[in-house]
Amino acid sequence: MSDSIQIKEEVTIKFAGDSGDGMQFMGNLFTENTALKGNDLATFPDYPAEIRAPIGTMAGVSGFQLHFGSKQIFTPGDQVDVLVAMNAAALKANLNSLRNAGTVIVNQDGFDSKNLRLAKYEKGSNPIEDDTLEGYEVFKIQLTKLTRECLKESSLSMKEKDRCKNMFVLGFLLWRYTRNLESILTFLKNKFAQKPEVLAANIATLKAGYHYGETTETFTTTYEIKKATLPPGRYRNIMGNHALALGLITASQKSGRPLFYGSYPITPASDILHHLSRHKDFNVKTFQAEDEIAAATSAIGAAYGGDLAITGTSGPGLALKGEAIGLAMMLEIPMVILNIQRGGPSTGLPTKTEQADLLMAMYGRNGECPMPIISASTPTDAFDVAFEACRIAMEHMTPVLLLSDGYIANGAAPWLIPKADDIEAIEVKFAEPREEDDPAFLPYKRNEKLVRQWALPGTKGLAHRIGGLEKEANTGDVSYDPANHEYMIKIRAAKVDKIAESIPAQKIEMGEEGGDLLILGWGSTYGVIQSVVSEMLGEGASVAHAHIRYIHPFPKNLDKIVKGFKRIVIPEINNGQLVKLIREKYLIEAIPYNKIQGVPITHGELKDFVSQVMEIPST
Amino acid sequence: MTTEQKLKAKDFATDQDVRWCPGCGDYSILKQVQSVMAELDLNRDEVVVVSGIGCSSRFPYYMNTYGMHSIHGRAPAVVTGLKIANPDLHVWMVTGDGDGLSIGGNHLLHILRRNVDVNVLLFNNEIYGLTKGQYSPTSEQNKKTKSTPFGSLDYPLNPLAFAMGASATFIARSMDRDVKHLKAMLHRSEAHRGTSMLEIYQNCNIFNDGAFFSFTEKASKPETAIFLEQDQPLIFGIDNTKGIRLDGYKPQVVDLEKDGFSKDDLWIHDESDIFKAQMLTRFFDDPSNDEGTYFPRPFGVIYQVDRPCYEDQLHAQVAEAKTKSKMNGLDDLLQGTSTWVVE
Ligand SMILES: Cc1ncc(C[n+]2csc(CCOP(=O)(O)OP(=O)(O)O)c2C)c(N)n1
Ligand code: SF4
Ligand SMILES: [Mg+2]
Repeated sequence: MSDSIQIKEEVTIKFAGDSGDGMQFMGNLFTENTALKGNDLATFPDYPAEIRAPIGTMAGVSGFQLHFGSKQIFTPGDQVDVLVAMNAAALKANLNSLRNAGTVIVNQDGFDSKNLRLAKYEKGSNPIEDDTLEGYEVFKIQLTKLTRECLKESSLSMKEKDRCKNMFVLGFLLWRYTRNLESILTFLKNKFAQKPEVLAANIATLKAGYHYGETTETFTTTYEIKKATLPPGRYRNIMGNHALALGLITASQKSGRPLFYGSYPITPASDILHHLSRHKDFNVKTFQAEDEIAAATSAIGAAYGGDLAITGTSGPGLALKGEAIGLAMMLEIPMVILNIQRGGPSTGLPTKTEQADLLMAMYGRNGECPMPIISASTPTDAFDVAFEACRIAMEHMTPVLLLSDGYIANGAAPWLIPKADDIEAIEVKFAEPREEDDPAFLPYKRNEKLVRQWALPGTKGLAHRIGGLEKEANTGDVSYDPANHEYMIKIRAAKVDKIAESIPAQKIEMGEEGGDLLILGWGSTYGVIQSVVSEMLGEGASVAHAHIRYIHPFPKNLDKIVKGFKRIVIPEINNGQLVKLIREKYLIEAIPYNKIQGVPITHGELKDFVSQVMEIPST
Repeated sequence: MTTEQKLKAKDFATDQDVRWCPGCGDYSILKQVQSVMAELDLNRDEVVVVSGIGCSSRFPYYMNTYGMHSIHGRAPAVVTGLKIANPDLHVWMVTGDGDGLSIGGNHLLHILRRNVDVNVLLFNNEIYGLTKGQYSPTSEQNKKTKSTPFGSLDYPLNPLAFAMGASATFIARSMDRDVKHLKAMLHRSEAHRGTSMLEIYQNCNIFNDGAFFSFTEKASKPETAIFLEQDQPLIFGIDNTKGIRLDGYKPQVVDLEKDGFSKDDLWIHDESDIFKAQMLTRFFDDPSNDEGTYFPRPFGVIYQVDRPCYEDQLHAQVAEAKTKSKMNGLDDLLQGTSTWVVE
């Protein structure tokens, strides 16, 4: 029995183990349970690129970090309070992220001589026996032994039994954070409905872990983190790629256009294909193409046919789609291209995050090929951005590029679930059928927004040809006329620029407009910027945060905002891309802060940098 | 109810100037496609012609239907998306030997195995026309072109054997110069539900003139070409005196007058026989390169089988998912299974 319940405001836990130890699974289950408890949270899964990296080695360590609290949570946390290490390599790889006097929970059975050797500990030394962990609170649990003990009656193989040891830890942590097991039990019952033996074993170990905490004398304290004060409403916990998929389906439902998703599997975009493929009941048609070129061009065909056409990929795939996107832009048909960025170039760091492709999104096609770019900043924002991308594509008859990244894709957060009725419909109007004697149909005639009509094959009287060759204004006939080409280049660009008139104004997320320093961000740096700015505002600094969702075209008032601050810092997980666009567009001195390590920028790093910048005397 | 005039071939022509070189085989194919569409009484509002890039791929601009001139090699993927969006359209796809077999070979492979209901017209001229005369994947070895002054090294691709390997459901061959046969094959292509792969030998009189003359010209045609007809024996030759019989599993050219075989001994063409079709696609000899031991080149429908189309199956899955769905609208989807309420 625990002697006391201690109330805490926030906790960061890192689960670390072999890629085969089920760390992501356990992390997600604990996160879901945390969300249901009403805490705010942010997660950061970090796993190796290899599916079965060598067991027991540092290369094979898979980690899942969760930051939760009763206060607002912006990031998955710089340092962890609690490190769960399933073996020696997991401990070695993560000990540096444990805060002073933090807690380590280790699987003692993961520290035998073989594990120690694979983790490259010096012969004869064992970190959980010597003074390596001095100053930390250490709990050693014989996980393998206890799990096997608990399952000795089960008919599962030894290997299958050992796989349940993550449930033991999970049970233990649920006890430690005064949770109940209900949501986990329901989940397991669903997941293993067809495998009663496995279900029984998972439940038994989960409960054994829970009771272990309760009955073992060593653990005297449990912790409680009260509900966070979030805006009222119904919530669910959601990951970025899932939210994005729901945003697409919502746009399809709200526009009445069936959803077509053409994609070729690639990390970290594949989950969008997985999610969408489950929802055929919502008129979703998923097409796993033979490559990214086919994914993009099949979407072009679907868009021509009248579907809400989406194609999704990550960096290398976007490179392959370039020519097709140019065609969509030239055809002026609606289409959304998702780029869930990862470390590049080439295959780069497939499982790590990077804001790698902003400049490719902006410039990476042949010819003058401007197109709207919109970016998601958090896992839940991915829903809104996906919807918005579809709206812009259909209302402005243009391909739209949506940027997300691995950190957003796999990160989770509580989501205030919107009501379907509250979401505004997307108006889609097709070109009307035409009788023989009606005036000729002009496929490239434009309205006041410079947008042409969406004319579907099968519509009476509208037979017309479109293609990648330059078109004559209005008629769309092939034209090599020099003046016409220049006119068309400019009008296509003007059409995209005009979108700035119908998007919301750039807002200041935190702080006041005008002042000493603006931290200007885009994409997944949202959380860390919020966290730094909120702290610095508390300290009385004149700072503010603006986050750009509409990257092309920029909101019209961005000009005024960026010129209203003495200094602008642009943090990016790349070698400086937005900073180039801002400098070029507004001719201002913006200061880049870059980290290109495949992991997010931490609060400490950004705060140190910004504080230094603030100290430079202004001239 | 239709008081409308039946469309004529010329109604399928556009007002655009046709820009192929005078004498190009593409003209004949265009004309036959237009007249077949009229004969089929197709509604031009329901026809879409999609192409890639190449001389042949200019085709859609000359068809008064819906059309898309897409990008090099990718038309199979475009039409797949289009048919998924709207399975009711009559989709015709035009590609070249470079477009369809070089840059777009991957996509052609996949549309064939998926069996999307599209008529594929592969204009094979054994050359890259639009880029002014480089050798193509179907060019014979040792071909001297602008890019191969010492002769090409690549072994030529056999398009219909490729299609067979991709499990195509309709495989046929015709030629620009045999108008009647070409029209018949276009009719058959449209009649087949699934991907109809029609290879058309097309003369590029500028960069590869006469590439197929041994098959298309009166003097040599009877000896080098064999015209397949369902349930009919494989007969060819100037006076129809040659035939093909099967000696076990080996095909054999026989002289009906000298070798002691009659028509009854010959191989009877059966479009549904996949094994015989494999053999027919392998009749790929070059008659000019041999000492008279070649097999004649087959023209006609080599293989045809019914198999469900990709887009039909996909729509059936969607329909089934809708009937089985436990979701009551978008709100259910957005909520998922575990939620909590903040007061
Ligand atoms: C991506 C790309 N690469 C190269 C080209 C140049 N190109 C245009 S057509 C063509 C070859 C066309 O040959 P084929 O498909 O046989 O058509 P034909 O002109 O003979 O009818 C090439 C290489 C292009 N348009 N796009
Ligand atoms: S180059 Fe050859 S294929 Fe192209 S239009 Fe001229 S003759 Fe026809
Ligand atoms: Mg060619």
